[in-house]
Amino acid sequence: MSAVGLIQRLAPGVRWARRLAQIAFIVIGIATVNFFLLHLAPGDAAEVMAGEAGAATPEFMAALREQFGLDQPLYIQFGKYLGNVLTLNLGYSFRQGLPVSRLILDRLPATALLMAASITFALVAGAALGFLAARRAGHLTDTIISVIALLFYATPVFWIGVVLIVIFSVWLDWLPVGGMATIEAGYQGTAYALDVGRHLVLPAVTLGLFHLAIYTRLTRASMLQIYGQDFVRTAVAKGVAPGRIAVRHVLRNALLPIVTMLGMQLGSILGGAILVETVFSWPGLGRLAFEALFQRDLNLLLGILLASSILVVVVNIAVDLAYGFLDPRVEIS
Amino acid sequence: MISRRSFGSAVALSTLVFAAGLRRPGHASEEPRRGGTLNAIIQPEPVSLTAAVLAAAPTGIVGGNIFDGLVKYDRDLKPQPELATRWEISPDSRTITFHLREGVTWHDGQPFTSADVAWSLENVWKPLNPRNPALFRNIARADTPDSHTVIFHLTEPSIALFSMLNGNGAQILPKHLYEGTNVLTNPYNLKPVGTGPFVFKEWVKGSHILLERNPHYWDVGKPYLDRIVFRVIPDGAARAATLEKGEIHYAPLSPIPLRDAERLAKLPTIKVGTEGYDWLTSWLYLDFNVNSEPFKDTRVRRAVAHAIDKDALIKVVWFGFGKAAVSPIPSSLKAFHNPDVPLYPFDPKRAEALLDEAGLKRGPDGIRFTITHDYLPYGEDYRRTGEFVKAALKRIGIEVTLRGQDTAAFTRRVYGDRDFQLASSWSSTFPDPQIGVTRLYTSEFVGRNIPWSNGSGFRNAETDAIFKAAATEPDPAKRIAAWKRFQVIAQTELPTLPLVELKFFNVYAAKLRNAVTRGDQIFGPLTEAWLDEPAKSQ
Repeated sequence: MSAVGLIQRLAPGVRWARRLAQIAFIVIGIATVNFFLLHLAPGDAAEVMAGEAGAATPEFMAALREQFGLDQPLYIQFGKYLGNVLTLNLGYSFRQGLPVSRLILDRLPATALLMAASITFALVAGAALGFLAARRAGHLTDTIISVIALLFYATPVFWIGVVLIVIFSVWLDWLPVGGMATIEAGYQGTAYALDVGRHLVLPAVTLGLFHLAIYTRLTRASMLQIYGQDFVRTAVAKGVAPGRIAVRHVLRNALLPIVTMLGMQLGSILGGAILVETVFSWPGLGRLAFEALFQRDLNLLLGILLASSILVVVVNIAVDLAYGFLDPRVEIS
Repeated sequence: MISRRSFGSAVALSTLVFAAGLRRPGHASEEPRRGGTLNAIIQPEPVSLTAAVLAAAPTGIVGGNIFDGLVKYDRDLKPQPELATRWEISPDSRTITFHLREGVTWHDGQPFTSADVAWSLENVWKPLNPRNPALFRNIARADTPDSHTVIFHLTEPSIALFSMLNGNGAQILPKHLYEGTNVLTNPYNLKPVGTGPFVFKEWVKGSHILLERNPHYWDVGKPYLDRIVFRVIPDGAARAATLEKGEIHYAPLSPIPLRDAERLAKLPTIKVGTEGYDWLTSWLYLDFNVNSEPFKDTRVRRAVAHAIDKDALIKVVWFGFGKAAVSPIPSSLKAFHNPDVPLYPFDPKRAEALLDEAGLKRGPDGIRFTITHDYLPYGEDYRRTGEFVKAALKRIGIEVTLRGQDTAAFTRRVYGDRDFQLASSWSSTFPDPQIGVTRLYTSEFVGRNIPWSNGSGFRNAETDAIFKAAATEPDPAKRIAAWKRFQVIAQTELPTLPLVELKFFNVYAAKLRNAVTRGDQIFGPLTEAWLDEPAKSQ
């Protein structure tokens, strides 16, 4: 208690400084663990490139290792890496011949677009379905929604993706199979935006369905829990309209776990994207990270992991702040 | 040998009717049509577009459209003029004079001259050729008496050199863009400037590579296509769907699983073919680790050979697609292949007798000994090959544990740490075994952590001597005799067990014509290809 009291007495500036120091500590810790964990993997980037070439000579391998800095002892590699982390330099991908920051920035818009679209879809549709199920708890609507949610929750993402492709692209011919734009068409402006939109539908839906199921179940469960509380009974007794109760009193109070989930979904931005980006040839970050792992492009992979760990930390803070906003009883320390 | 991951789904297609050529008889006299965009699949995404610095298959496929070679190889793998219009070989086989095509320009407008060839030899082929740099180091110097003549002075005669002079094996880089730079990191490796029929336009990583027609190509009137879009489609099912939908006209390197290929080949809009890979000639094999138990003993290796029914393997796993391999030089290299070697027919009884003789008797549980088999991690077909081997060896009392891993772990284990017992792999021979076979048997490379080179750990003074002598032997007949002798030793000692002569396939849209016109087409340009109905212009 005294520690909390002490923090509360400190000026907000000091509190934030303390918080930032914590973040820096966490990020450096993650970076260190990542570095050594990834270096445990057998094989290196030079071997992978020689393997892909199908043939190599000792001289070629030595030239690659020297170029990649792999001929240096591990502690020197780690020192360089740590120096880069401290100066927020993400390093250089020798395999791709480009700085890691450039590679990430090139891929970020595609992933961000896919994420935004799928999260919006999952959140809006999931909350709506959960709301409907909670209001009709025990009825047929509720059962149907719950079964559908369970189905989406249990079905592997890549399988949904392939099935959607077969139905909507191959059979019905409504939407493109994959990619982000019709390359040979050379669209500009609005036509380009529409074209990207058409390419976005299937991957966004595929990626969103799993989280849609989670939001549906969460919304339903937490609304039902709140329906049982005294203030709702009071509102009913006062004669407030059921719809108003559901929205103003129940849904608003049920939002907290959903915000938690949203934070977690944002944090898993890369993990979920890998499969969907692969199935739909979407040129995003998830695939970049996944391929970097198999290619032992550790600079690139470490860069992506560092960037995403920073993102997760930042999202966590944002979620904490959102709690305070949604429910003033939650204190931010 | 070509890109490995891309062939993860390499399959066999016994039930398919392969198009003998893409040209249908009814269209044989049709005039090629200009125009249109060719949509192609490239998978996996290349790392570089310059084969001179990285010999991976996706690099070769895309880059092959941007660069020309001194020569190209026809369907009989004979060199034909490309940037060299003609050449002369001196009577002592030590001097080769190339006369270069005049009026050829690089895509940036600079003239192509003999200086580019001489510079590439010294700075690219000699230090960086991954397949057989000795081939080029044997060229003591290159003279350029004028801007369109190059004379190679060889230290020793070299017949194999003439199998590596196309745009993939000896890619000529523009001296004016590379001189004084680090060739490995030169930015033009990612945005190449060549002399070929297509010009590099853009590469959106993770999405596509766009090439456009070279309007100043020396072969006037060609190419026929306006542009080529190579799309990166990482998922096999999605590749099959794009092909089925007709979004893609050309998909090389066994791009889809067998089941899909079989289904798609029945569609009127799609054709499946195996042409254009002649220059590679690939075969699948098992490497025994001859330095450790139990495969130290030749009898044990021979027992394994007798235990595996190659024909059944081809039928069950490779769907009849391929041919039983009997020696390290595939039968399609007719001059070099030696069918007269120890053959190890399928005979489990003989296998068991050999194991008994080696003192490895069945235990009370029927098991003689247990081994771990590292199968090549290139997907389904190779894993199933491993399962087939496991079942076959179980029959003769050898218990096999299969071990899966990713490619980097596999190559480190087999070629670096040598911590394995039995591994599978495949390799390309190229038209001359000196290029693709030496590497797999020479003692020079054992345990030096060089992927795909002598995985078995075989050391044999006689074969080493054969490789050395055959490399500089000017008499083709003597050279062939030496290579035939090598095959007898290789199959007697059996450090490596040849299993299947592999065939890879392409999937094409039926309206794509003349996609294969040369023996090295897979790494060559689509100069002659045309679309029967030009893609709708938008």
